[in-house]
Amino acid sequence: MSNPNGRDILLDCRDVSLTFGSVRALVDVSLTARRGEITALVGDNGAGKSTLVRCVSGIHRPDSGRILFDGEETAFHSPEDARDAGIETVHQNLALVEDLTVWQNLFLNREIVRRFGPVALLDRRAMQARAKRMVSALAVNVPEVRSRVRRLSGGQRQAVAICRATGFSSKLVIMDEPTAALGVQETARVEELIVRLRDEGHAVLLISHNFAQVMRLSQQVWVMRAGRRVGGRRTADTTGEEIVGLITGAIEN
Amino acid sequence: MSVAARLKDPAFWAEWAALAGLIALVIVFQALNPTFLSPGNIASMLVAAAILIILAVGQTFVIATAGIDLSIASVMTMGAVAFGLSYTAGWGLGPACLLAVAAAGVAGAVNGMIIAWGKIADFIVTLGMLSAASGLALILADGKPVTIVDPVLLRLSTGGFGIFGWTFLIALAVAVIAHVALFRTRFGTHLLATGGAPESAAAMGISTRRIKIAVYSISGALAGLGAILLVARVGAAEPASNTSFLLNSVAAVVLGGVSLFGGRGTIVGPVIGALLLTALVNGLTLLGVAQFYQPLAVGIVVVLAALMTRFQK
Repeated sequence: MSNPNGRDILLDCRDVSLTFGSVRALVDVSLTARRGEITALVGDNGAGKSTLVRCVSGIHRPDSGRILFDGEETAFHSPEDARDAGIETVHQNLALVEDLTVWQNLFLNREIVRRFGPVALLDRRAMQARAKRMVSALAVNVPEVRSRVRRLSGGQRQAVAICRATGFSSKLVIMDEPTAALGVQETARVEELIVRLRDEGHAVLLISHNFAQVMRLSQQVWVMRAGRRVGGRRTADTTGEEIVGLITGAIEN
Repeated sequence: MSVAARLKDPAFWAEWAALAGLIALVIVFQALNPTFLSPGNIASMLVAAAILIILAVGQTFVIATAGIDLSIASVMTMGAVAFGLSYTAGWGLGPACLLAVAAAGVAGAVNGMIIAWGKIADFIVTLGMLSAASGLALILADGKPVTIVDPVLLRLSTGGFGIFGWTFLIALAVAVIAHVALFRTRFGTHLLATGGAPESAAAMGISTRRIKIAVYSISGALAGLGAILLVARVGAAEPASNTSFLLNSVAAVVLGGVSLFGGRGTIVGPVIGALLLTALVNGLTLLGVAQFYQPLAVGIVVVLAALMTRFQK
């Protein structure tokens, strides 16, 4: 699966920097993510992980540096651009709309419409049917697609968000702490989903504070500290202790 | 849930407060005065409700995005003055109607753009527009009403189909289109997402700014349509303040069970809310209750309805 020549590199961030006022949120961050691999991004709170993710998913624009996706230079102006390119993000807050139904959330800004002259009306039946297929592919206890997200459990919500991120021919799925709010069983199920995504050939960029999870799931680990990328290891060649050392600064790269 | 269980559930009553209130009012007023449900009185109530229904629909779009349009009635006044001036300047009925809708729509768009780009609280922006639009109406009209005598407008306000006056049918058409737009189009879904969870909507690539600008523009344009019906009903374009229309439009939306926090709502609810408020005023008038008691009654009903929405699921 791993390729030393880097031909499988899907996401390639080069010297990405971003400043908010006087805060240097990202300083020359370079990292890559490969197809068919789970790439973990670790670091303390405020290390810049989420900011980097927000650059890749089109929410922020870097001040300098380049982000190459699938071999092409990107200049995303909005999350919609990133989604169109094949980058889907499961945000930490899941980015679900509680008052909308499961199928409405799955198809949010990806709605299927039928045109009647100048007006385009939602094809609810088609969306509901497809949503049913999408959700039933999940290992998690399947939520009814017509129920509002407000009524779902934490694990079900997570499943819906992951389902949405993988359902639209995405190439890269970014997950920001996907199991932080989940119980043991639900975490196991979501991890199964993440592994399945990898096995289907997606590239997964996983942000996690859970070292056991990182060691269990990932093939590559990138470590960030104070806005910089301070280290990168093949997971097979490292230990949890080394990663912790890199995060805290006890080990200099 | 069984019928009995439903009836005991406060959430059910919150959801259907407007309809329950309307039915209760109809029963009480009919018992006290049998002319209440006469075809003539029903017809006049429906016509009287038309403008409020149109404004309430506009207000619903705004409130569903967790905003509020306090300028809706002043913008209607401004639209009416624009209509009156262009009509008396010899523009003809069609162009004058278009101008009324366009002028009011632009005022709404200005609201939306300041709120979306300036990131200023909606009630401040629209409060400013309330003052600005009524000031503009006074300036343009020089403080005087303009009498409008037009055969088409006269037929619009007096004619109809059975007990349904044309103006009520127009309001009904607006409500049907609004319902379709809210629940059967991408725009409607994005609007509800923007109101319910703006950050989630933005993360999914929805331009919440565009939605904000759109809803205030719609609210303005509908106020312009209301202006035409108002001129038709009054027979004149006056720079009057029409404050009760503002309060009642918000009241109808609240009565209709639309959450002031955005993200959820119906069109049917506010329409029924508008009918309820109109029936309330009409019934009190029929019973000979002095006019001064009407705002008091409306206020009490609205606050009660707002209290009930606390029980919403």
